[in-house]
Amino acid sequence: MREIGIDRLDDLARGAGILGTGGGGDPYVGKLLAREAIRRHGPVTVYDIDEVPADATVVAVSGMGAPTVLLEKLPAGTEELTALRALEAVLGRPATHIVPIEIGGVNSMIPIAAAAQAGLPLVDGDAMGRAFPEAQMVLPTLMGVPNTPMAVADDKGNTLVVDTVSNQWAERITRAACVQMGCQVSCADTVLRGDQLRDGLVPATLTLAENLGKAVRRARAANADPVRAALDVLGGVKLFTGKVVDVERRTTGGFARGNARLEGTGTLELSFQNEHLLARRDGEIVATTPDLICVLDTDSGEPVTTEAMRYGLRVTVIAAPCDPRWASPAGLELAGPRYFGYDCDYLPLRGRYAQVT
Amino acid sequence: MRIGIDVGGTNTDAALIGDGGQVLATVKSPTTEDVTGGVAAAIAGLGATEASAVMIGTTHFVNALVEAARLEPVAAVRLGLPATAALPPLVDWPDRLREAVEGAVYLCHGGHEYDGTPISALDPGELRRVAADIRARGLRTVAISSVFSPVSADSERQAADILAAELGPEVHLSLSHEIGRVGLLARENATIVNAALRPLAGRTVAAFAEALAVAGIRAPLFLSQNDGTLMDVDHARRYPVATFASGPTNSMRGAAYLSGLTDCAVVDIGGTTTDVGILNGGFPREAAGEALVAEVRTNFRIPDVLSIGIGGGSIVAPEGSVGPRSVGYRLTAEALVFGGGTLTATDLAVAAGQAVVGDPARVTGVDHERPLKIIAERVAEAVDRMRTSAAPLPVVLVGGGSILVGELPGFADVRRPDHYEVANAVGAAIAQVGGEVDRVFSGPRESVLAEAKNEAVARAERAGARAGSVRIVDVEELPLAYLPGDATRVRIKAVGDLDLEKIDA
Repeated sequence: MREIGIDRLDDLARGAGILGTGGGGDPYVGKLLAREAIRRHGPVTVYDIDEVPADATVVAVSGMGAPTVLLEKLPAGTEELTALRALEAVLGRPATHIVPIEIGGVNSMIPIAAAAQAGLPLVDGDAMGRAFPEAQMVLPTLMGVPNTPMAVADDKGNTLVVDTVSNQWAERITRAACVQMGCQVSCADTVLRGDQLRDGLVPATLTLAENLGKAVRRARAANADPVRAALDVLGGVKLFTGKVVDVERRTTGGFARGNARLEGTGTLELSFQNEHLLARRDGEIVATTPDLICVLDTDSGEPVTTEAMRYGLRVTVIAAPCDPRWASPAGLELAGPRYFGYDCDYLPLRGRYAQVT
Repeated sequence: MRIGIDVGGTNTDAALIGDGGQVLATVKSPTTEDVTGGVAAAIAGLGATEASAVMIGTTHFVNALVEAARLEPVAAVRLGLPATAALPPLVDWPDRLREAVEGAVYLCHGGHEYDGTPISALDPGELRRVAADIRARGLRTVAISSVFSPVSADSERQAADILAAELGPEVHLSLSHEIGRVGLLARENATIVNAALRPLAGRTVAAFAEALAVAGIRAPLFLSQNDGTLMDVDHARRYPVATFASGPTNSMRGAAYLSGLTDCAVVDIGGTTTDVGILNGGFPREAAGEALVAEVRTNFRIPDVLSIGIGGGSIVAPEGSVGPRSVGYRLTAEALVFGGGTLTATDLAVAAGQAVVGDPARVTGVDHERPLKIIAERVAEAVDRMRTSAAPLPVVLVGGGSILVGELPGFADVRRPDHYEVANAVGAAIAQVGGEVDRVFSGPRESVLAEAKNEAVARAERAGARAGSVRIVDVEELPLAYLPGDATRVRIKAVGDLDLEKIDA
């Protein structure tokens, strides 16, 4: 057991930004939300997965919507608790712990704010080990645990609780509602018992995010290469260093989709749908989802989100291995390249690079 | 002929540029408290009695923010309730600045969703109550921000109309959609900064005009903006925040002009700090992501500059370390060569025979070798941190303090061009004019972009840019989902060289 106070948020947000693989939203707004919540309600207690009692009621709290919208339409601040209370009313019992659904990006921070507001402890782990764009792309789906009942609340005070026949249906219905509600809502869902956490979560990812953010900060302070420091923590590989020369994007169905082209020694093309999903170097695929494709500012090592990608930025693209459960046939069906409409198979990093284990 | 003037915190530098682009005269004079005196003295020092245009670059406004002085308390009005209440205006500002700037904060209804539909209806009664409170508090400048105002500015405009009607013409209104891009907090911050600077901007611009009148110069007056383009006086009065990064921009572009290089590192050594930037194709490399100005997060596009605490006024410690403490503008009183009692970096340069200022006899026997070597190493290290490849990189030294550096370890090509000491004034004089397009287009991306680019180029030419010199420097696309026909908001900026004949005409 330990505590997350305001002084830990900068490192955590930076690391979560890197694990966001370009998506998950800029954690800046999330960091401010967490900071204001901790300032008002005090630090948040964090437990390792092993420390959570078997009969605990663990609820994932997250934000859903388009990241650019969160940057512009800041939350009312009531959304998380409204969603949590709506879920508890349907469950008939109170939540005992809160857990991040995704460690990448702003959804690492929303649960911290929610835990501070609710006065509940947080679990060190998440259901993705990175960021993914859709609600069913979580390890509990692989273990057959439903993500519903799912409660959704917007800034205006509207709430919605859905009970669906599959996790995919929960995504479809709540996404449509999210668009109508203004493209930025909070969700409380995916209720896990304490004894389900080992199968349903990637463990210790809050700690990983903090260590990653700390390594980059320290490397920069020591005039060392911050990208190298990030690679060392992640056990990843460097794919490309160059300059962004073109970014094409469009928002469809509540997602920011597009392509970015980088030039350096050769070219690298990134395809993204909120997250970076595919990297082609000189026309050849070099990394795919569900492995992590992260874009870092070459000089500072700061994560660059897909919405911040713009002409002239000097960036380094790195790749890191996903949780092994995503590389299973069922995992790839949920979050592999073909699911996102790319006509190619998963090209695992593991086995191609000695440093990736 | 045109006159470029750089009004810095310590010195006011000026350069007279001939019609053929040659530097005819330069002058350095102390900045005066009233601004007018220093500018008038600089123009007099040039010996110029006429000019076709006067361009002024100034750090006056950004300095006010850095010092948290000369700022007007702001009424920050945000439209967007019930959204945004979790993070009110000024939420992430440093305390000292917040105290200087915060007049009052109001969260009101209004604002838009991403697709332009209202979040909640604007409430005229609520805004009239806000106006009454603003009046009761005696606040004279208002920043209005509204959620998604870059998509729909309706809320901001309506609120401005109501507030203007209630508060009268003496109260300044700054509207966020005219100042920044998508990203509410960063845009709102810039708008609040702008609002806090409006009274100072009015006084300063008047002082500049007064100085020109004193010098007998009747030429149009322009101010340099962050991106190296010019704005006229009326624009400068209303948007002082647009001048924020013009200092480094002018010095880098001046260095490019004087050295003839377009791709190089520029090292600008002043009295207190050394600023290192990188020029790519004649334009400063921009900072990535958020731009922190005096610890306030904004989304300006500003040059990527690394500052280290070494300058001509840096104090040399007994064990040989240099800076970051500096005698600053008191250099001509406190340095040994000027008869003072403090060993400064300038004394080292004079002792080494790298420069002749003051009385060299006063520094005979000063051990200069080791501290000057430390200075060269630290500057070289800063340049090295800014470079992005191992390829040879020419280094251009500018600024009055650049006499501190002769060679830089690891860099074969180090130059100090003529007129290096007034590179920023030269940069102001050669500043360019821009044309911007910002509206919603429909159709396929390629044709939309081509159409918008052509329009931006045409606007730059109409604004005074020489045909053929205009190029696109910024492209921003903001897709507007759920509008028919692939609607995209496109913002494109084109800049070109100022054609003086067009001004004369």
